[in-house]
Amino acid sequence: MSTKTYDAGVKDYALTYWTPDYVPLDSDLLACFKVTAQSDVPREEAAAAVAAESSTGTWTTVWSDLLTDLDYYKGRAYRIEDVPGDRESFYAFVAYPIDLFEEGSIVNVLTSLVGNVFGFKAVRALRLEDIRFPLHYVKTCGGPPNGIQVERDRMDKYGRPFLGATVKPKLGLSAKNYGRAVYEMLRGGLDFTKDDENVNSQPFMRWQNRFEFVSEAVRKAQEETGERKGHYLNVTAPTCEEMFKRAEFAKELGAPIIMHDFLTGGFTANTSLANWCRDNGMLLHIHRAMHAVIDRNPKHGIHFRVLAKCLRLSGGDHLHTGTVVGKLEGDRQSTLGFVDALRESFVPEDRSRGLFFDQDWGGMPGVMAVASGGIHVWHIPALVTIFGDDSVLQFGGGTQGHPWGNAAGAAANRVATEACVKARNEGVEVEKNAREILTEAARHSPELAIAMETWKEIKFEFDVVDKLDAA
Amino acid sequence: MSTASTMGDHATIGRYETFSYLPPLNRDELMEQILYILENGWNASLEHEHPSKAFEYYWPMWKMPFFGEQDPNVILAEIEACRRSYPDHHVRLVGYDTYAQSKGHSFLVYRAI
Repeated sequence: MSTKTYDAGVKDYALTYWTPDYVPLDSDLLACFKVTAQSDVPREEAAAAVAAESSTGTWTTVWSDLLTDLDYYKGRAYRIEDVPGDRESFYAFVAYPIDLFEEGSIVNVLTSLVGNVFGFKAVRALRLEDIRFPLHYVKTCGGPPNGIQVERDRMDKYGRPFLGATVKPKLGLSAKNYGRAVYEMLRGGLDFTKDDENVNSQPFMRWQNRFEFVSEAVRKAQEETGERKGHYLNVTAPTCEEMFKRAEFAKELGAPIIMHDFLTGGFTANTSLANWCRDNGMLLHIHRAMHAVIDRNPKHGIHFRVLAKCLRLSGGDHLHTGTVVGKLEGDRQSTLGFVDALRESFVPEDRSRGLFFDQDWGGMPGVMAVASGGIHVWHIPALVTIFGDDSVLQFGGGTQGHPWGNAAGAAANRVATEACVKARNEGVEVEKNAREILTEAARHSPELAIAMETWKEIKFEFDVVDKLDAA
Repeated sequence: MSTASTMGDHATIGRYETFSYLPPLNRDELMEQILYILENGWNASLEHEHPSKAFEYYWPMWKMPFFGEQDPNVILAEIEACRRSYPDHHVRLVGYDTYAQSKGHSFLVYRAI
């Protein structure tokens, strides 16, 4: 048993942390890193160093290592793979025993996996590509406070994507004028409107005043259209106390949904807010400001699929995923991969979608994918095809930039979406036949005809920066 | 120069969720949507309600969901029968998705005047 002796000094990480024969346990948390090592460091040593520094290891042997069973607690680099089309970097797969992590704490998982190790000198760059959370760990997390099915039932909307819009201009409107913009969009046919993420409680519009006027706008639009409506009241705040105060007031006003920025607000705040939402029957929309700082560099940082999985565990009913077709970055196959990771109960490994592991979510509810940013009526056929029904398509400028105003812009988007859903259900290939479907629908909708005319030339065809690795 | 004269006005009217921004479906189009429900393996069901209570979640069911019914003509005939029995009620067709524990589809097939 106690056969090890203390041998002070520095030894290669690979001696302890490179274990190519290891077969991961079902309960292990698995991670795939893209490692760009310093040129004189062998791959096995760099992979082992990542495993060590993100789990039990430090740079030197210490006597107290011998007081515990490190073979039980250590992370293990168990596989190395080439990165397709990239000779400089490689994938390192690391298995972590589940007891390294506090139950239900995304904060704790990230502090280990993307902590000190990312500044480690032996690697020039490091990117966390994917995590397989074992079902054992998934079960310790609260997850989405409501989920897709509950949201559909509560909002009474089935068989189509939800439609939304962010109120513009995003900063500077008074609360009453802001409520006007909300009312016009909702009466025109949108299901949701949204506070811009930058809108918290600035001098031009304090949160309490905004919440009251917006609630009036939602109530009236709901009454006049006979459809259930909502506005994502942003409760992101400087402190958790303030955040909860705003959430409580939203509930008092009868709001169906609030919103939070999970990265700038932080996972601790997000998880607490998700728990509050679960207890209070409140839907939770999640914005992702700051994500591109973390996920856009293909060599360093954290891939968004990891942040998306972490959000599903921390809790949120909607998450922005990019649009593939609009003004913001996003590769189609990769987006489809993490949209599956948000919504499905089991997602198999699929390298063509950037998914490195099987992921079993058990009974954890799914998160609606939100496509938002620079999209308009001409994008709707592609959006319906890419995102399917369990999504929110959000048109900010694409609603409020309509020549006849917000209500007409909203109606145009609604008509186009319903026409695409109808055609899809009839077995028509919607993306291929986009022009015919929209043109036919516009015959009955002057709002749509004008929208099509207004935005017919606008495309966002820049090459994506963060592509899937391919030879 | 004012552009008011070239501008249209969007009037608010009562809506009924999915497809209520499209012209009413004709018989062939309705048939396509019934087939979509059946081909997804969902169970078709009918609900009806007086317009004054249309906002409420629960509308009375017409008979039972048509569990296992694969013939779209049977569903079409039931829609007709429901309409005749409740001429002043809206009628909507629902597809119950047992896997998602939700409705995969739901839209108005008859709008009471």
